[in-house]
Amino acid sequence: MSEQVTVITGTVGVDAHVIGTKVISRALRDAGFNVIELGAQTPADEFIKVGQETAAHAMLISSLYGMAELDLSGFRDKCVEAGLDEVLLYVGGILGVGRTDFAEDQRKFTAMGFDRVYPPQADIRAAIGDLRHDLTRVGVTAE
Amino acid sequence: MSGIRLFIDFGSTFTKVVAIDVHREELLARVQAPSTVATDITVGLEEAFALLSEEVPISRAEREQAVACSSAAGGLRVVCVGLVPEYTTEAGRRAALGAGAKIVGSHSFELTEDELREVEEEAPDIVLLTGGTDGGNKKVILHNARALARSGPGVTNIIVAGNKTAYDDLREIFASSSKNVIFAKNVMPGIGDLAVDSANQKIRELFISRITEAKGMGQVRRSIGDIIMPTPAAVLEAARLLADGTKDTPGRGELLLVDVGGATTDVYSMAKGLPTQGTVKFLGLPEPYAKRTVEGDLGLLHNVDTLTEIAKGERVPVGFEETVQAMCRTESVPAGERQVECHLLLSHVAVRAAVDRHVGSLKLMMTPHGEVVVQRGKDLTEVEWVVGAGGPVAFSSDPKRVLEGALFHDDAPTLLKPKGPRMLLDRHYVLFALGLLAQSEPGKALSLMNKYMVQV
Repeated sequence: MSEQVTVITGTVGVDAHVIGTKVISRALRDAGFNVIELGAQTPADEFIKVGQETAAHAMLISSLYGMAELDLSGFRDKCVEAGLDEVLLYVGGILGVGRTDFAEDQRKFTAMGFDRVYPPQADIRAAIGDLRHDLTRVGVTAE
Repeated sequence: MSGIRLFIDFGSTFTKVVAIDVHREELLARVQAPSTVATDITVGLEEAFALLSEEVPISRAEREQAVACSSAAGGLRVVCVGLVPEYTTEAGRRAALGAGAKIVGSHSFELTEDELREVEEEAPDIVLLTGGTDGGNKKVILHNARALARSGPGVTNIIVAGNKTAYDDLREIFASSSKNVIFAKNVMPGIGDLAVDSANQKIRELFISRITEAKGMGQVRRSIGDIIMPTPAAVLEAARLLADGTKDTPGRGELLLVDVGGATTDVYSMAKGLPTQGTVKFLGLPEPYAKRTVEGDLGLLHNVDTLTEIAKGERVPVGFEETVQAMCRTESVPAGERQVECHLLLSHVAVRAAVDRHVGSLKLMMTPHGEVVVQRGKDLTEVEWVVGAGGPVAFSSDPKRVLEGALFHDDAPTLLKPKGPRMLLDRHYVLFALGLLAQSEPGKALSLMNKYMVQV
Protein backbone atom coordinates (compact mmCIF):
# COMPACT_ATOMS: atom_id res chain seq x y z
CA MET A 1 0.00 0.00 0.00
CA SER A 2 1.40 3.36 -0.94
CA GLU A 3 1.15 6.44 1.26
CA GLN A 4 1.91 10.14 1.15
CA VAL A 5 5.45 10.48 2.44
CA THR A 6 6.23 13.43 4.73
CA VAL A 7 9.68 14.95 4.51
CA ILE A 8 11.11 17.79 6.60
CA THR A 9 13.66 20.16 5.08
CA GLY A 10 15.67 23.05 6.48
CA THR A 11 19.04 24.54 7.27
CA VAL A 12 20.22 23.70 10.76
CA GLY A 13 21.68 25.96 13.46
CA VAL A 14 22.26 29.63 12.79
CA ASP A 15 23.09 29.01 9.15
CA ALA A 16 21.24 31.56 7.00
CA HIS A 17 21.95 29.94 3.60
CA VAL A 18 18.50 29.22 2.29
CA ILE A 19 18.82 28.63 -1.46
CA GLY A 20 19.90 24.99 -1.26
CA THR A 21 17.10 23.91 1.03
CA LYS A 22 14.57 25.80 -1.16
CA VAL A 23 15.77 23.93 -4.26
CA ILE A 24 15.57 20.63 -2.38
CA SER A 25 12.05 21.40 -1.13
CA ARG A 26 10.84 22.34 -4.59
CA ALA A 27 12.25 19.19 -6.15
CA LEU A 28 10.75 16.99 -3.43
CA ARG A 29 7.34 18.62 -3.82
CA ASP A 30 7.51 18.18 -7.60
CA ALA A 31 8.31 14.52 -6.98
CA GLY A 32 5.08 14.12 -5.00
CA PHE A 33 6.32 14.31 -1.41
CA ASN A 34 4.54 16.18 1.37
CA VAL A 35 7.25 18.69 2.27
CA ILE A 36 7.41 20.54 5.60
CA GLU A 37 9.75 23.40 4.85
CA LEU A 38 11.39 24.83 7.96
CA GLY A 39 13.72 27.13 6.02
CA ALA A 40 16.89 28.74 7.29
CA GLN A 41 18.25 28.89 10.85
CA THR A 42 16.27 26.01 12.27
CA PRO A 43 17.44 24.71 15.68
CA ALA A 44 18.14 20.97 15.65
CA ASP A 45 15.46 20.32 18.30
CA GLU A 46 12.89 22.03 16.07
CA PHE A 47 13.36 19.35 13.42
CA ILE A 48 12.58 16.73 16.07
CA LYS A 49 9.49 18.46 17.44
CA VAL A 50 8.08 18.98 13.95
CA GLY A 51 8.99 15.38 13.15
CA GLN A 52 6.90 14.18 16.09
CA GLU A 53 3.94 16.37 15.17
CA THR A 54 3.91 15.34 11.53
CA ALA A 55 5.05 11.73 11.88
CA ALA A 56 7.67 12.52 9.26
CA HIS A 57 9.39 9.74 7.35
CA ALA A 58 12.59 11.61 6.56
CA MET A 59 14.57 14.76 7.29
CA LEU A 60 16.80 16.38 4.71
CA ILE A 61 19.03 18.73 6.64
CA SER A 62 21.24 21.32 4.98
CA SER A 63 24.27 23.04 6.38
CA LEU A 64 26.73 25.24 4.51
CA TYR A 65 28.61 27.02 7.25
CA GLY A 66 30.76 24.22 8.56
CA MET A 67 29.19 23.81 11.98
CA ALA A 68 26.91 20.87 11.25
CA GLU A 69 28.86 18.53 13.49
CA LEU A 70 28.24 20.85 16.43
CA ASP A 71 24.62 21.61 15.56
CA LEU A 72 23.75 17.97 15.03
CA SER A 73 25.64 16.53 17.99
CA GLY A 74 23.52 13.72 19.52
CA PHE A 75 20.79 14.26 16.88
CA ARG A 76 20.08 10.59 16.20
CA ASP A 77 19.98 9.82 19.93
CA LYS A 78 17.47 12.60 20.46
CA CYS A 79 15.35 11.24 17.59
CA VAL A 80 15.34 7.82 19.29
CA GLU A 81 14.16 9.29 22.61
CA ALA A 82 11.51 11.23 20.72
CA GLY A 83 10.13 8.06 19.15
CA LEU A 84 11.57 8.87 15.73
CA ASP A 85 13.91 5.88 15.72
CA GLU A 86 12.98 4.95 12.17
CA VAL A 87 13.12 8.38 10.59
CA LEU A 88 15.56 8.63 7.67
CA LEU A 89 18.22 11.27 8.25
CA TYR A 90 19.99 12.89 5.31
CA VAL A 91 22.52 15.67 5.65
CA GLY A 92 24.24 17.65 2.91
CA GLY A 93 26.30 20.75 2.23
CA ILE A 94 29.63 22.07 3.38
CA LEU A 95 29.86 19.93 6.46
CA GLY A 96 33.49 20.25 7.53
CA VAL A 97 35.76 23.19 7.88
CA GLY A 98 37.89 24.44 4.98
CA ARG A 99 39.04 21.86 2.49
CA THR A 100 38.21 18.75 4.45
CA ASP A 101 37.95 15.49 2.66
CA PHE A 102 34.35 14.51 1.84
CA ALA A 103 35.08 10.86 2.66
CA GLU A 104 36.00 12.04 6.15
CA ASP A 105 32.70 13.97 6.49
CA GLN A 106 30.81 10.95 5.23
CA ARG A 107 32.44 8.68 7.77
CA LYS A 108 31.84 11.14 10.61
CA PHE A 109 28.16 11.76 9.90
CA THR A 110 27.42 8.11 9.20
CA ALA A 111 28.87 7.33 12.61
CA MET A 112 26.55 10.00 14.03
CA GLY A 113 23.58 8.02 12.70
CA PHE A 114 22.84 9.73 9.38
CA ASP A 115 21.59 7.44 6.61
CA ARG A 116 22.98 9.52 3.73
CA VAL A 117 25.61 12.23 3.49
CA TYR A 118 25.97 14.48 0.42
CA PRO A 119 28.70 16.85 -0.77
CA PRO A 120 27.82 20.43 -1.89
CA GLN A 121 27.44 19.62 -5.59
CA ALA A 122 25.19 16.60 -5.13
CA ASP A 123 22.33 16.12 -7.60
CA ILE A 124 18.95 16.39 -5.87
CA ARG A 125 17.43 13.95 -8.38
CA ALA A 126 19.91 11.30 -7.32
CA ALA A 127 19.12 12.03 -3.69
CA ILE A 128 15.40 11.62 -4.33
CA GLY A 129 16.19 8.29 -5.95
CA ASP A 130 18.09 7.32 -2.81
CA LEU A 131 15.15 8.41 -0.69
CA ARG A 132 12.66 6.25 -2.60
CA HIS A 133 15.05 3.32 -2.29
CA ASP A 134 15.58 3.81 1.46
CA LEU A 135 11.85 4.25 2.07
CA THR A 136 11.18 0.91 0.38
CA ARG A 137 13.85 -0.62 2.55
CA VAL A 138 12.04 0.54 5.72
CA GLY A 139 8.74 -0.67 4.30
CA VAL A 140 7.21 2.56 3.00
CA THR A 141 6.05 2.83 -0.60
CA ALA A 142 5.81 6.42 -1.74
CA GLU A 143 2.85 7.46 -3.83
CA MET B 1 9.87 20.55 76.06
CA SER B 2 13.62 20.60 76.12
CA GLY B 3 15.44 22.03 73.16
CA ILE B 4 17.71 19.04 72.83
CA ARG B 5 17.49 17.19 69.53
CA LEU B 6 19.38 14.09 68.57
CA PHE B 7 20.46 13.26 65.04
CA ILE B 8 21.80 9.89 63.96
CA ASP B 9 23.76 8.79 60.93
CA PHE B 10 23.83 5.02 60.46
CA GLY B 11 26.98 4.72 58.38
CA SER B 12 28.55 1.59 56.98
CA THR B 13 31.47 1.93 59.40
CA PHE B 14 30.28 4.18 62.22
CA THR B 15 27.00 5.13 63.81
CA LYS B 16 27.24 8.81 64.66
CA VAL B 17 25.04 10.73 67.04
CA VAL B 18 24.92 14.51 67.30
CA ALA B 19 23.14 16.35 70.13
CA ILE B 20 22.02 19.89 69.45
CA ASP B 21 20.27 22.40 71.69
CA VAL B 22 18.04 24.14 69.16
CA HIS B 23 16.81 26.80 71.60
CA ARG B 24 20.29 27.98 72.43
CA GLU B 25 21.55 27.07 68.95
CA GLU B 26 24.40 25.09 70.36
CA LEU B 27 26.17 21.88 69.45
CA LEU B 28 26.26 19.85 72.68
CA ALA B 29 28.13 16.70 71.67
CA ARG B 30 29.08 14.41 68.83
CA VAL B 31 29.96 10.75 69.34
CA GLN B 32 30.40 7.67 67.23
CA ALA B 33 30.47 3.92 67.76
CA PRO B 34 31.14 1.12 65.29
CA SER B 35 28.05 0.21 63.26
CA THR B 36 26.66 -3.25 63.88
CA VAL B 37 24.84 -3.78 60.60
CA ALA B 38 25.70 -7.45 60.24
CA THR B 39 24.12 -8.42 63.55
CA ASP B 40 21.70 -5.93 65.02
CA ILE B 41 22.17 -2.26 64.23
CA THR B 42 20.54 -1.35 67.58
CA VAL B 43 23.65 -2.54 69.43
CA GLY B 44 25.89 0.09 67.82
CA LEU B 45 23.28 2.75 68.41
CA GLU B 46 22.97 1.84 72.10
CA GLU B 47 26.72 2.09 72.40
CA ALA B 48 26.69 5.52 70.78
CA PHE B 49 23.90 6.66 73.08
CA ALA B 50 25.91 5.42 76.07
CA LEU B 51 28.90 7.46 74.93
CA LEU B 52 26.68 10.46 74.41
CA SER B 53 25.16 10.33 77.89
CA GLU B 54 28.67 10.57 79.32
CA GLU B 55 28.86 14.04 77.77
CA VAL B 56 25.30 15.28 77.99
CA PRO B 57 22.26 13.93 79.85
CA ILE B 58 19.61 12.68 77.41
CA SER B 59 16.08 11.64 78.18
CA ARG B 60 14.05 8.77 76.81
CA ALA B 61 11.74 11.21 75.06
CA GLU B 62 14.67 12.81 73.28
CA ARG B 63 15.87 9.42 72.11
CA GLU B 64 12.43 8.53 70.85
CA GLN B 65 12.32 11.71 68.80
CA ALA B 66 15.74 11.31 67.27
CA VAL B 67 15.85 11.74 63.50
CA ALA B 68 18.23 9.66 61.41
CA CYS B 69 19.74 9.22 58.01
CA SER B 70 21.39 6.04 56.83
CA SER B 71 23.93 4.72 54.41
CA ALA B 72 24.24 1.40 56.22
CA ALA B 73 23.53 -1.99 54.63
CA GLY B 74 24.95 -0.87 51.29
CA GLY B 75 23.12 2.47 51.17
CA LEU B 76 20.18 3.05 48.88
CA ARG B 77 21.04 0.83 45.92
CA VAL B 78 19.51 1.79 42.60
CA VAL B 79 19.72 0.31 39.10
CA CYS B 80 18.87 2.72 36.25
CA VAL B 81 17.25 1.38 33.10
CA GLY B 82 16.80 3.94 30.34
CA LEU B 83 16.83 4.39 26.59
CA VAL B 84 19.75 6.43 25.18
CA PRO B 85 22.78 6.50 27.53
CA GLU B 86 23.35 10.27 27.21
CA TYR B 87 19.69 11.18 27.61
CA THR B 88 17.07 9.30 29.63
CA THR B 89 19.53 6.87 31.24
CA GLU B 90 21.69 9.80 32.34
CA ALA B 91 18.62 11.78 33.48
CA GLY B 92 17.59 8.77 35.60
CA ARG B 93 21.06 8.53 37.10
CA ARG B 94 20.96 12.18 38.05
CA ALA B 95 17.56 11.78 39.72
CA ALA B 96 18.87 8.81 41.72
CA LEU B 97 22.11 10.49 42.75
CA GLY B 98 20.21 13.59 43.84
CA ALA B 99 18.04 11.40 46.07
CA GLY B 100 21.18 10.11 47.77
CA ALA B 101 21.32 6.76 46.03
CA LYS B 102 24.23 4.58 45.13
CA ILE B 103 23.97 3.51 41.51
CA VAL B 104 24.76 -0.17 41.24
CA GLY B 105 23.85 -0.68 37.60
CA SER B 106 22.96 1.26 34.49
CA HIS B 107 21.39 -0.14 31.32
CA SER B 108 20.31 1.45 28.06
CA PHE B 109 18.07 0.42 25.13
CA GLU B 110 16.21 -2.92 25.25
CA LEU B 111 17.35 -5.07 28.17
CA THR B 112 18.81 -8.36 27.04
CA GLU B 113 18.20 -11.57 28.98
CA ASP B 114 21.76 -11.37 30.30
CA GLU B 115 21.25 -7.83 31.50
CA LEU B 116 17.98 -8.80 33.15
CA ARG B 117 19.80 -11.62 35.03
CA GLU B 118 22.40 -9.04 36.05
CA VAL B 119 19.71 -6.76 37.48
CA GLU B 120 18.10 -9.68 39.35
CA GLU B 121 21.42 -10.74 40.82
CA GLU B 122 22.27 -7.19 41.83
CA ALA B 123 18.99 -7.20 43.80
CA PRO B 124 18.77 -3.41 44.02
CA ASP B 125 16.46 -1.59 46.43
CA ILE B 126 14.92 0.23 43.48
CA VAL B 127 14.92 -0.09 39.70
CA LEU B 128 14.41 3.34 38.12
CA LEU B 129 12.81 2.82 34.72
CA THR B 130 13.03 5.70 32.24
CA GLY B 131 12.89 6.07 28.46
CA GLY B 132 11.39 8.34 25.84
CA THR B 133 10.27 11.94 25.95
CA ASP B 134 6.54 12.51 26.56
CA GLY B 135 4.90 11.43 23.32
CA GLY B 136 8.19 9.95 22.16
CA ASN B 137 9.57 6.43 22.11
CA LYS B 138 7.29 3.87 23.80
CA LYS B 139 8.69 0.67 22.38
CA VAL B 140 11.78 0.41 24.57
CA ILE B 141 10.21 1.30 27.92
CA LEU B 142 7.40 -1.21 27.24
CA HIS B 143 9.93 -3.91 26.37
CA ASN B 144 11.93 -3.21 29.53
CA ALA B 145 8.77 -3.13 31.66
CA ARG B 146 7.73 -6.56 30.35
CA ALA B 147 11.18 -7.89 31.20
CA LEU B 148 11.11 -6.41 34.71
CA ALA B 149 7.53 -7.59 35.30
CA ARG B 150 8.56 -11.22 34.81
CA SER B 151 11.91 -10.86 36.60
CA GLY B 152 12.77 -12.87 39.70
CA PRO B 153 12.55 -11.85 43.36
CA GLY B 154 15.73 -9.73 43.06
CA VAL B 155 13.60 -6.96 41.61
CA THR B 156 11.09 -5.63 44.14
CA ASN B 157 10.50 -1.89 43.81
CA ILE B 158 10.21 -0.19 40.44
CA ILE B 159 9.86 3.55 39.94
CA VAL B 160 8.72 4.54 36.46
CA ALA B 161 9.75 8.00 35.23
CA GLY B 162 9.56 7.83 31.44
CA ASN B 163 7.29 8.63 28.50
CA LYS B 164 3.89 9.41 30.03
CA THR B 165 2.01 8.18 26.97
CA ALA B 166 3.24 4.69 27.79
CA TYR B 167 1.84 4.74 31.36
CA ASP B 168 -1.55 3.15 30.60
CA ASP B 169 0.17 0.25 28.87
CA LEU B 170 2.76 0.06 31.64
CA ARG B 171 0.04 -0.21 34.31
CA GLU B 172 -1.41 -3.13 32.43
CA ILE B 173 1.98 -4.82 32.08
CA PHE B 174 2.68 -4.54 35.80
CA ALA B 175 -0.89 -5.32 36.93
CA SER B 176 -0.32 -9.05 37.03
CA SER B 177 3.17 -8.86 38.55
CA SER B 178 3.95 -8.83 42.25
CA LYS B 179 6.29 -5.82 41.95
CA ASN B 180 5.73 -2.63 43.88
CA VAL B 181 5.45 -0.13 41.03
CA ILE B 182 5.35 3.63 41.53
CA PHE B 183 4.81 6.20 38.81
CA ALA B 184 6.66 9.52 38.80
CA LYS B 185 6.80 12.22 36.17
CA ASN B 186 9.12 11.82 33.19
CA VAL B 187 12.76 12.72 33.96
CA MET B 188 13.07 14.05 30.40
CA PRO B 189 9.65 15.28 29.23
CA GLY B 190 11.02 16.98 26.13
CA ILE B 191 14.21 16.98 24.11
CA GLY B 192 16.77 18.73 26.27
CA ASP B 193 14.45 19.15 29.30
CA LEU B 194 15.68 17.66 32.55
CA ALA B 195 13.00 17.27 35.24
CA VAL B 196 14.32 15.08 38.04
CA ASP B 197 12.34 16.44 41.02
CA SER B 198 9.37 14.09 40.84
CA ALA B 199 11.47 10.91 40.48
CA ASN B 200 13.79 12.20 43.19
CA GLN B 201 10.81 12.68 45.54
CA LYS B 202 9.40 9.20 44.85
CA ILE B 203 12.78 7.61 45.55
CA ARG B 204 13.00 9.38 48.91
CA GLU B 205 9.41 8.43 49.82
CA LEU B 206 10.07 4.81 48.98
CA PHE B 207 13.23 4.88 51.05
CA ILE B 208 11.22 6.00 54.09
CA SER B 209 8.19 3.74 53.56
CA ARG B 210 9.80 0.44 52.64
CA ILE B 211 13.51 0.30 52.18
CA THR B 212 14.86 0.81 55.68
CA GLU B 213 12.35 -1.79 56.82
CA ALA B 214 13.53 -4.25 54.17
CA LYS B 215 17.14 -3.74 55.24
CA GLY B 216 16.40 -5.05 58.72
CA MET B 217 16.32 -1.60 60.22
CA GLY B 218 12.64 -1.67 61.09
CA GLN B 219 13.18 -2.26 64.78
CA VAL B 220 15.72 0.50 65.23
CA ARG B 221 13.51 2.78 63.19
CA ARG B 222 10.58 2.27 65.54
CA SER B 223 12.75 2.88 68.59
CA ILE B 224 13.61 6.40 67.44
CA GLY B 225 11.69 9.15 65.62
CA ASP B 226 12.36 7.98 62.08
CA ILE B 227 14.97 7.37 59.42
CA ILE B 228 14.04 10.03 56.92
CA MET B 229 16.61 9.93 54.15
CA PRO B 230 19.83 8.40 52.87
CA THR B 231 22.90 10.15 54.29
CA PRO B 232 24.00 11.76 51.01
CA ALA B 233 20.55 13.31 50.70
CA ALA B 234 20.97 14.86 54.17
CA VAL B 235 24.31 16.35 53.12
CA LEU B 236 22.73 17.61 49.91
CA GLU B 237 19.94 19.28 51.91
CA ALA B 238 22.56 20.92 54.14
CA ALA B 239 24.44 22.19 51.09
CA ARG B 240 21.22 23.53 49.60
CA LEU B 241 20.39 25.42 52.80
CA LEU B 242 23.90 26.81 53.08
CA ALA B 243 23.77 28.11 49.49
CA ASP B 244 20.17 29.30 49.26
CA GLY B 245 19.35 30.27 52.86
CA THR B 246 15.79 30.52 54.11
CA LYS B 247 13.06 32.98 53.23
CA ASP B 248 14.23 35.20 56.09
CA THR B 249 18.00 34.81 55.88
CA PRO B 250 20.00 34.79 52.68
CA GLY B 251 22.43 31.95 52.06
CA ARG B 252 26.04 32.18 51.02
CA GLY B 253 25.46 31.79 47.32
CA GLU B 254 26.66 29.20 44.85
CA LEU B 255 28.95 26.55 46.27
CA LEU B 256 30.80 23.31 45.71
CA LEU B 257 30.94 20.78 48.55
CA VAL B 258 33.35 17.86 48.71
CA ASP B 259 32.71 15.03 51.15
CA VAL B 260 35.67 12.67 51.37
CA GLY B 261 35.01 9.30 52.95
CA GLY B 262 36.61 5.96 53.53
CA ALA B 263 35.00 4.30 50.54
CA THR B 264 33.83 7.12 48.26
CA THR B 265 34.22 10.81 47.58
CA ASP B 266 30.98 12.70 46.97
CA VAL B 267 30.82 16.08 45.29
CA TYR B 268 27.79 18.37 45.43
CA SER B 269 27.31 21.62 43.57
CA MET B 270 24.61 24.16 44.21
CA ALA B 271 25.05 26.29 41.12
CA LYS B 272 23.44 26.90 37.76
CA GLY B 273 26.76 26.23 36.04
CA LEU B 274 25.88 28.16 32.90
CA PRO B 275 28.71 29.40 30.66
CA THR B 276 30.43 32.40 32.23
CA GLN B 277 31.74 33.63 28.90
CA GLY B 278 29.19 34.81 26.34
CA THR B 279 30.72 33.06 23.36
CA VAL B 280 30.54 29.54 24.77
CA LYS B 281 28.02 27.10 23.33
CA PHE B 282 26.43 24.57 25.72
CA LEU B 283 25.99 20.98 24.55
CA GLY B 284 24.41 17.91 26.13
CA LEU B 285 21.70 17.36 28.72
CA PRO B 286 21.00 20.46 30.87
CA GLU B 287 22.53 20.30 34.34
CA PRO B 288 20.50 20.27 37.57
CA TYR B 289 21.07 23.20 39.96
CA ALA B 290 21.60 20.76 42.84
CA LYS B 291 23.95 18.16 41.45
CA ARG B 292 25.64 15.25 43.19
CA THR B 293 28.27 12.96 41.78
CA VAL B 294 29.87 10.10 43.64
CA GLU B 295 33.22 8.54 42.93
CA GLY B 296 33.09 4.95 44.12
CA ASP B 297 36.75 4.38 43.34
CA LEU B 298 38.07 7.28 45.40
CA GLY B 299 38.11 6.40 49.08
CA LEU B 300 40.82 6.85 51.66
CA LEU B 301 40.41 3.46 53.28
CA HIS B 302 38.60 0.80 51.29
CA ASN B 303 39.98 1.54 47.85
CA VAL B 304 43.06 3.58 48.45
CA ASP B 305 44.81 1.83 45.54
CA THR B 306 43.26 4.12 42.91
CA LEU B 307 44.36 7.19 44.85
CA THR B 308 47.84 5.79 45.36
CA GLU B 309 48.12 5.22 41.61
CA ILE B 310 47.03 8.78 40.80
CA ALA B 311 49.35 10.21 43.45
CA LYS B 312 52.33 8.30 42.04
CA GLY B 313 52.03 10.49 38.94
CA GLU B 314 53.46 13.37 40.93
CA ARG B 315 56.06 14.07 43.57
CA VAL B 316 55.53 11.73 46.49
CA PRO B 317 57.49 11.55 49.73
CA VAL B 318 60.09 8.82 50.23
CA GLY B 319 58.60 5.46 51.21
CA PHE B 320 55.14 6.61 50.10
CA GLU B 321 53.61 3.25 49.26
CA GLU B 322 54.88 1.48 52.38
CA THR B 323 53.57 4.29 54.57
CA VAL B 324 50.13 4.16 52.91
CA GLN B 325 49.96 0.40 53.39
CA ALA B 326 50.91 0.70 57.04
CA MET B 327 48.27 3.39 57.53
CA CYS B 328 45.51 1.29 55.96
CA ARG B 329 46.39 -1.79 58.02
CA THR B 330 45.70 0.04 61.26
CA GLU B 331 42.48 1.65 59.94
CA SER B 332 42.97 4.56 62.29
CA VAL B 333 43.94 8.21 62.11
CA PRO B 334 47.39 8.78 60.62
CA ALA B 335 50.20 8.64 63.17
CA GLY B 336 53.60 10.26 62.82
CA GLU B 337 54.88 12.89 60.42
CA ARG B 338 55.23 10.51 57.49
CA GLN B 339 51.71 9.13 57.69
CA VAL B 340 50.24 12.59 58.15
CA GLU B 341 52.07 13.79 55.04
CA CYS B 342 50.88 10.83 52.96
CA HIS B 343 47.34 11.17 54.24
CA LEU B 344 47.31 14.84 53.27
CA LEU B 345 48.55 14.02 49.80
CA LEU B 346 45.96 11.27 49.30
CA SER B 347 43.11 13.48 50.56
CA HIS B 348 44.23 16.26 48.23
CA VAL B 349 44.34 13.85 45.29
CA ALA B 350 40.88 12.47 46.18
CA VAL B 351 39.40 15.97 46.20
CA ARG B 352 41.15 16.92 42.99
CA ALA B 353 40.14 13.81 41.03
CA ALA B 354 36.53 13.87 42.28
CA VAL B 355 36.07 17.56 41.46
CA ASP B 356 37.74 17.08 38.05
CA ARG B 357 35.02 14.54 37.26
CA HIS B 358 32.20 16.65 38.69
CA VAL B 359 32.79 19.91 36.85
CA GLY B 360 32.15 20.61 33.19
CA SER B 361 34.80 21.10 30.57
CA LEU B 362 35.47 23.22 27.51
CA LYS B 363 36.47 22.02 24.09
CA LEU B 364 37.68 24.15 21.22
CA MET B 365 36.20 23.54 17.77
CA MET B 366 37.30 25.13 14.51
CA THR B 367 34.67 26.57 12.19
CA PRO B 368 34.85 28.89 9.16
CA HIS B 369 33.85 31.66 11.60
CA GLY B 370 36.86 31.04 13.77
CA GLU B 371 37.06 29.11 16.99
CA VAL B 372 33.93 28.04 18.81
CA VAL B 373 34.14 26.97 22.42
CA VAL B 374 31.81 24.17 23.46
CA GLN B 375 30.90 23.47 27.08
CA ARG B 376 29.65 20.19 28.49
CA GLY B 377 28.71 19.98 32.16
CA LYS B 378 28.69 22.77 34.73
CA ASP B 379 30.88 25.86 34.67
CA LEU B 380 31.79 26.29 38.34
CA THR B 381 34.63 28.76 37.87
CA GLU B 382 32.72 31.54 39.63
CA VAL B 383 31.21 29.73 42.61
CA GLU B 384 31.82 31.67 45.79
CA TRP B 385 32.47 28.85 48.24
CA VAL B 386 34.21 25.52 48.39
CA VAL B 387 33.09 23.49 51.39
CA GLY B 388 34.98 20.55 52.85
CA ALA B 389 33.27 17.70 54.72
CA GLY B 390 33.95 14.13 55.78
CA GLY B 391 36.47 12.77 58.26
CA PRO B 392 39.65 12.99 56.15
CA VAL B 393 39.00 16.70 55.50
CA ALA B 394 37.31 17.74 58.76
CA PHE B 395 40.00 16.24 60.95
CA SER B 396 42.91 16.99 58.63
CA SER B 397 45.97 18.84 59.91
CA ASP B 398 45.88 21.07 56.84
CA PRO B 399 42.34 21.21 55.42
CA LYS B 400 43.18 24.18 53.21
CA ARG B 401 45.76 22.15 51.32
CA VAL B 402 43.32 19.27 50.91
CA LEU B 403 40.60 21.57 49.57
CA GLU B 404 42.98 23.26 47.16
CA GLY B 405 42.49 20.13 45.06
CA ALA B 406 39.08 21.55 44.18
CA LEU B 407 40.52 24.70 42.62
CA PHE B 408 41.04 25.68 39.00
CA HIS B 409 44.52 24.96 37.76
CA ASP B 410 46.39 26.50 34.83
CA ASP B 411 47.69 23.06 33.86
CA ALA B 412 44.13 21.98 33.03
CA PRO B 413 42.50 25.20 31.76
CA THR B 414 39.55 23.39 30.15
CA LEU B 415 38.28 22.01 33.48
CA LEU B 416 35.77 24.50 34.88
CA LYS B 417 36.76 24.36 38.56
CA PRO B 418 36.32 27.26 41.01
CA LYS B 419 38.84 30.04 40.44
CA GLY B 420 38.77 32.20 43.53
CA PRO B 421 36.36 30.82 46.12
CA ARG B 422 36.53 31.21 49.88
CA MET B 423 36.77 27.96 51.81
CA LEU B 424 34.58 26.57 54.57
CA LEU B 425 35.08 23.49 56.67
CA ASP B 426 32.65 21.21 58.49
CA ARG B 427 35.13 21.08 61.33
CA HIS B 428 32.68 19.48 63.77
CA TYR B 429 31.32 16.94 61.30
CA VAL B 430 27.71 18.00 61.79
CA LEU B 431 26.50 18.72 58.24
CA PHE B 432 24.34 15.60 58.06
CA ALA B 433 22.63 16.57 61.33
CA LEU B 434 21.95 20.09 60.09
CA GLY B 435 20.59 18.71 56.81
CA LEU B 436 18.16 16.63 58.88
CA LEU B 437 17.26 19.55 61.15
CA ALA B 438 16.69 21.69 58.03
CA GLN B 439 13.65 19.55 57.20
CA SER B 440 11.75 20.85 60.21
CA GLU B 441 13.57 24.01 61.27
CA PRO B 442 15.59 25.49 58.42
CA GLY B 443 16.17 28.79 60.22
CA LYS B 444 17.78 27.09 63.22
CA ALA B 445 19.80 24.82 60.98
CA LEU B 446 21.15 27.77 59.04
CA SER B 447 22.25 29.71 62.11
CA LEU B 448 23.93 26.58 63.51
CA MET B 449 25.66 26.14 60.17
CA ASN B 450 26.93 29.70 60.23
CA LYS B 451 28.12 29.17 63.77
CA TYR B 452 29.89 25.83 63.36
CA MET B 453 31.24 25.92 59.81
CA VAL B 454 34.66 27.55 59.94
CA GLN B 455 36.45 29.48 57.23
CA VAL B 456 39.92 28.21 56.40
